[in-house]
Amino acid sequence: MAGRRAFDEVWGSDNDRAGRPEFAELAQWITETPATELDRRQKAAEAAFRQLGITFAVYGEEEAAERIIPFDIVPRIFTGREWAKLSEGLVQRVEAINAFLADVYGERRILADGVLPAELILGNPQFRAMLSGTRPPHGIYAHICGIDLVRTGPDEFWVLEDNARTPSGVSYMLENREAMLRLCPELFEKFPVRPVDGYPDALHETLRSVTPRTSSDPVCVILTPGHYNSAFYEHSFLADQIGIELVEAADLEVDDDIVWMKTIDGRVRVDVIYRRIDDDYIDPLVFKPDSLLGVPGLIAAYMAGNVTLVNAPGTGIADDKAIYSYMPEIVKYYSGGEAKLPNVETYRCREPQALKYVLDNLEQLVVKLVDGSGGYGMLVGPTATKQQIEDFRAALIAEPYRYIAQPTLALSTVPTLTEAGVAPRHVDFRPFVLSGANGVTIIPGGLTRVALKEGSLVVNSSQGGGTKDSLILADGPGGGRL
Amino acid sequence: MLSRTAASLYWLGRYVERAEFTARLIEATLRLDSLSPRPAGAGAWASALSVAGGEEGFAATGDALTAPNVARYLTLSRENPSSIRSCLDMARMNAKSVRTALSREAWEAINRAWLGLRDRSTTGGSQSTLSLAEAIKAEARGFEGALHRMLRNESNWFIRLGMAIERGDNTARLTDVKYHLLLPEGEKIGGPIDRDQWTTILHTVSAVTAYRWLYREGLKPWLVAELLIKRSELPRSMAASADETVNLLNLLGKRTGLQGEADRLARRRQSAISAVTTDRIFAQGLHEYLTEFVSENVRLDQAIAKQFRF
Repeated sequence: MAGRRAFDEVWGSDNDRAGRPEFAELAQWITETPATELDRRQKAAEAAFRQLGITFAVYGEEEAAERIIPFDIVPRIFTGREWAKLSEGLVQRVEAINAFLADVYGERRILADGVLPAELILGNPQFRAMLSGTRPPHGIYAHICGIDLVRTGPDEFWVLEDNARTPSGVSYMLENREAMLRLCPELFEKFPVRPVDGYPDALHETLRSVTPRTSSDPVCVILTPGHYNSAFYEHSFLADQIGIELVEAADLEVDDDIVWMKTIDGRVRVDVIYRRIDDDYIDPLVFKPDSLLGVPGLIAAYMAGNVTLVNAPGTGIADDKAIYSYMPEIVKYYSGGEAKLPNVETYRCREPQALKYVLDNLEQLVVKLVDGSGGYGMLVGPTATKQQIEDFRAALIAEPYRYIAQPTLALSTVPTLTEAGVAPRHVDFRPFVLSGANGVTIIPGGLTRVALKEGSLVVNSSQGGGTKDSLILADGPGGGRL
Repeated sequence: MLSRTAASLYWLGRYVERAEFTARLIEATLRLDSLSPRPAGAGAWASALSVAGGEEGFAATGDALTAPNVARYLTLSRENPSSIRSCLDMARMNAKSVRTALSREAWEAINRAWLGLRDRSTTGGSQSTLSLAEAIKAEARGFEGALHRMLRNESNWFIRLGMAIERGDNTARLTDVKYHLLLPEGEKIGGPIDRDQWTTILHTVSAVTAYRWLYREGLKPWLVAELLIKRSELPRSMAASADETVNLLNLLGKRTGLQGEADRLARRRQSAISAVTTDRIFAQGLHEYLTEFVSENVRLDQAIAKQFRF
């Protein structure tokens, strides 16, 4: 970060911590609550999470390695005005994503009009050519999106990633809030916080709205890879909150293109499957043949229009990192206006000029694998070792099309409890956007991830990140207060 | 309800019950051990292994038959599929995969018991083994308490069905291993060792006080046998387990409309137990009677799996 001080959402950018006036009350709460008391509350929250089993498994570690994601007791706050602006941008973006998916799996107008290079779509492993011409029930592809946002200043928000496959983390939004309500009730007296607990109902409504059979009460289920999956807690939590069955592949069977679940009363027809299994593993007859997690025949049932898959197969083409850099054009193409939420400037290493720039400036850039996730396969130039930079240089020259690069952003910080008291740490933000037959719904909240290591920009839970509650404030009477 | 969910709930019940039974077995054996003059102590542990069905497994470890070794084998050993740790691993795995069917409290009781054992590597001395057993019993009680506050629906009934089937099996095996005590032949009985052994049996099924209430006389081996087999007032008797199995299958049948072979077997067992007299059991052979009960229990278990499409 080369000495530049990042924007702090509570304390502002000044070194004297004069702060932003609208957050004076929160700053005061941080100052007045002793660090030992904050620490006590934080430990209480983490103990509760462990008892509840809100854990995730770390891939590559022993099977028994179940960890809780560190929880930070100092919340992050968005004003009603900030949220209103973000929401508008999110709705526009997600509507564009769904229009884009319907187009590339349908008429391909955007390719005919030359907005995107056709080979970028048609030659992309995330593009499921066999699904061309299959229109999902109600025409919606990405029912649940988790759009990752970062911030660099009071009014500067950027989209870092569009997660349009099976974004996770919403259980933390809900459980973190429960913990905060229990442990810091005074904050909710000070601030008019909008509730997030409507999410399970909103999700259920979204699932029900996209049923292929309108003649009967839709049967919705959540399909999990099983309890060894790192996000299993979230799958069971959501099923529990919504009150629908949590099924594994072995609980489902496809017969004559109809999906059934096996119950003690016999077979029950399934209408909507919120699947938390990636496309590659969802149907061994179509994708990876050795997948034991999948349901043979599921894709055929989907293509026959007998079951809705949430999200639809093939949505990976919309959040692919190679497509990402075209998102401003895509949003403009379908919405007719400029994107309200800007992209981070992105160099496509497949383009020779961009590659040259990237190779010349590796120390200042973040380089990402187009098909990587979870913070793996990523170079953060300013904090990388010489060796890491040279390794990436070699990889870039060998396979430039596999990489994109972005400038290192001065991500905003939020006061966070550390061993040395409360100090600024970098954060990002993932709100969850639901798209059903009746339109787009956004619950006022989201997942704030925080890089707990001083100066670190990597917020992924697999790489030592933690989470915080994100409080969205209601505007006071007259819309004025905050 | 998913068939897999029903199966997991049923096995959750069985494993929790087995873990608790083993904890009580260890507790009672420690007590017997400290009461007995050596070398009667080693016999107590050999017998405990036999009740838990772990003789061969323990022999395979090559460890000497000592109190700490057996206590460790029965509580913490990963090689022993019926150790308390293995039972809690299995119970938690089943609970985790069906969390949606459990209340938060019920899940937390299982998870707490599992967390409590997770990092234990030794049982320590008798005192700490005892407190470990006590902790397991407390969590099992907590789990049963949570069950009582769960919705009265299939989830609840499948767990309790698993517990009832497991409990019948445990009590029958316990009685079988100790049957030579209950049917002494020729030798002088009623000495201090025998009294301690009978008391141990009663301790294992938490029935010391119950015996006093029901019989109001000194410990008589045939009365101990009667209590364990026939007295349905005692929750851990075979008769009580048979009653509970019938009742739970009834509730499940009413809710799901599924009745069949399991109900028939369970009802037949219930009426047989209530009709038989202890004299007749002894005349036909206690060991044979108990062995038949255990096999019948296995058939019932299989019929349940079939009936509910596990």
